[in-house]
Amino acid sequence: MLSESVLLALRAIRRNILRSFLTVLGVVIGVAAVIAMVTIGNGATVRIQSELGSLGNNLLFIQPGQGGPGAPSGEARLFTVADAEAIRQQVGGVAAVAPVSRASATVVYGSESRATTVVGSTSDYLVTQGWDIALGRGFLDGEVRGGRSVCVIGETVRRELFGAADPVGASIRVRTVSCPIVGVLAAKGQSAGGADQDDTVIMPLRAVQRRLSGTTTVATILISAEDGVDTARVQAATTELLRERRGVQPGEKDDFAVRDMRQIVQTMTATTGVLTGLLGAVAAVSLVVGGIGIMNIMLVSVTERTREIGIRLAIGALEHQVLTQFLVEAVMLSLFGGLVGILLGLGLAFAASQLLAVPFVVDPGVVAGAFVFSAFVGIAFGYFPARSAARLDPIEALRRE
Amino acid sequence: MDAGPLPPPLIALHGVSRVYGRGEAEVVALARVDLEIRQGEFVAIMGPSGSGKSTAMNILGCLDTPTGGDYLFDGVSAGDLDRDGRTLLRRSFIGFVFQGFNLLPRTTALENVELPLVYRGMPADRRAVLAADALARVGLSGREDHTPSELSGGQQQRVAIARAIVTDPLLLLADEPTGNLDTRTSEEIMHLLTALNRERGITVVMVTHEPDIAAHARRVIRFKDGRIEDDRLQAAALPC
Ligand SMILES: Nc1ncnc2c1ncn2[C@@H]1O[C@H](COP(=O)(O)OP(=O)(O)OP(=O)(O)O)[C@@H](O)[C@H]1O
Ligand SMILES: [Mg+2]
Repeated sequence: MLSESVLLALRAIRRNILRSFLTVLGVVIGVAAVIAMVTIGNGATVRIQSELGSLGNNLLFIQPGQGGPGAPSGEARLFTVADAEAIRQQVGGVAAVAPVSRASATVVYGSESRATTVVGSTSDYLVTQGWDIALGRGFLDGEVRGGRSVCVIGETVRRELFGAADPVGASIRVRTVSCPIVGVLAAKGQSAGGADQDDTVIMPLRAVQRRLSGTTTVATILISAEDGVDTARVQAATTELLRERRGVQPGEKDDFAVRDMRQIVQTMTATTGVLTGLLGAVAAVSLVVGGIGIMNIMLVSVTERTREIGIRLAIGALEHQVLTQFLVEAVMLSLFGGLVGILLGLGLAFAASQLLAVPFVVDPGVVAGAFVFSAFVGIAFGYFPARSAARLDPIEALRRE
Repeated sequence: MDAGPLPPPLIALHGVSRVYGRGEAEVVALARVDLEIRQGEFVAIMGPSGSGKSTAMNILGCLDTPTGGDYLFDGVSAGDLDRDGRTLLRRSFIGFVFQGFNLLPRTTALENVELPLVYRGMPADRRAVLAADALARVGLSGREDHTPSELSGGQQQRVAIARAIVTDPLLLLADEPTGNLDTRTSEEIMHLLTALNRERGITVVMVTHEPDIAAHARRVIRFKDGRIEDDRLQAAALPC
């Protein structure tokens, strides 16, 4: 009986395929919105989390000025190596402190060259970034202390300059500085902002300061707290220490910012959550609209097919059998909409993931949920028309038309 | 009806009334009708338009309930049943043939005939066999896949009869079954109904306006103003 109803419903839907499609457009849009946003949201979350992992554990970073990570900080005073040293010695629970100075430079090997970012730092830099050495070795203490011109290169630079050749031991030219390669970094891939993290060359801080930027300042200090240490405590202690060192008076605002990567991730996640909620509300509204569309078309269908219903009742259909038939038809309609919506939503999410460079993560639970929910929309909004069909008076119905 | 014990009444109406509307607008379609029909009878109901023939048929077929009196089908009081109860009674024992055929459009003859079996939950393969058999009995073998629009009026009515008898009913109700058909086709349908009555013992109650058609019945009941005016046996015309 149920399979009969399904067949009948499919036939009725096919007979009016365009009308059926327009009817379920609301459901299509609602489901597509849910699927697309959840899938994109998942991708973003996955990337934020992998970002957190690739940034190393318990990472804090200190920037001059009070702006956000992207805000201009040109006017604010930079830091010094001594600041970093003070943090290492005076703040408890710190595993690694890496002063960082960046410079842009063209690196050349043989006939190949590439414009890249040169990071000047210490061995701690790799610790704070959770970065492994794939080939060769990291910096020796003597190289860091002496500001020797040696470098560790990122995977992208290695590929571009060396191709299949072994780079360790070879010398590249960084601007005018000849620089032997001691190691190659393990590949990390793209960052949350879509930048290629492997497009980098790392040199001892003093080498960059002296040979490339010509300063003694440090733009950023990275701190990696020890495992199990409350990063908020480290943040507070660092802030206090730096205020003192930079002569910030009590009551005055900090002229630097100590940021906890975890907080940033939490903020980002929360923002994603709010966005998801908003879009979810939009999706819910359009599902309700879709449901009303289905209810409307089912009422029309019951009116159009009054005579057919009369025949079925006269021929021996029980009330619940007619009810089931129309309910199944409404559910098939909304499932059809749900299916189209799922495909559309996944398609949109896939396009968006390509565009935003986030991973395409399909959550089968959400897809199944959307499917079940669209069936539920069919039942909820198809019930009233189906009941009015089942309650028709066969004599009246047969007289119609 | 000659010698031998009479079969029990299949249909018994005791003072059955059917009143439509209330007060000023009240229409008495049936006024305290008493009627007994026994198993195996072939009854024609005649009477002027509006005399209550269709109303009576609807009540006999459990599509409608009397507003007064009692209707016993095979000893069961149909008035006490709810809608699904009446549907169960109807689909188990009664076949309906209408003036307007009432086949499902865009649906093949075979599927139309299968319909009553679908609602009884019969598996598809058995359904198809029984429906094809019923179509063969009404002389429509080979037309199983035709939709109503591809069939003549007479053929459509044969499909409707096949649909009515596919469940092996005790009673076949036909409200003006030849009303939309020409004389020759009407004769063919009457032969079919007569054969079903004679060979399978199906009780046939048929409404008609035409004396030629009524002549096929053994018993003719005349309605007037919601009452039975005349009820007599006659020698049924033999199929030619
Ligand atoms: N649903 C209804 N509401 C009100 N009055 C009705 C209804 N159905 C039938 N009637 C009235 O009941 C009376 C009997 O109608 P019925 O249909 O039984 O007549 P009939 O003998 O079948 O006529 P015909 O030969 O024209 O088919 C008529 O006066 C009709 O107007
Ligand atoms: Mg009538």
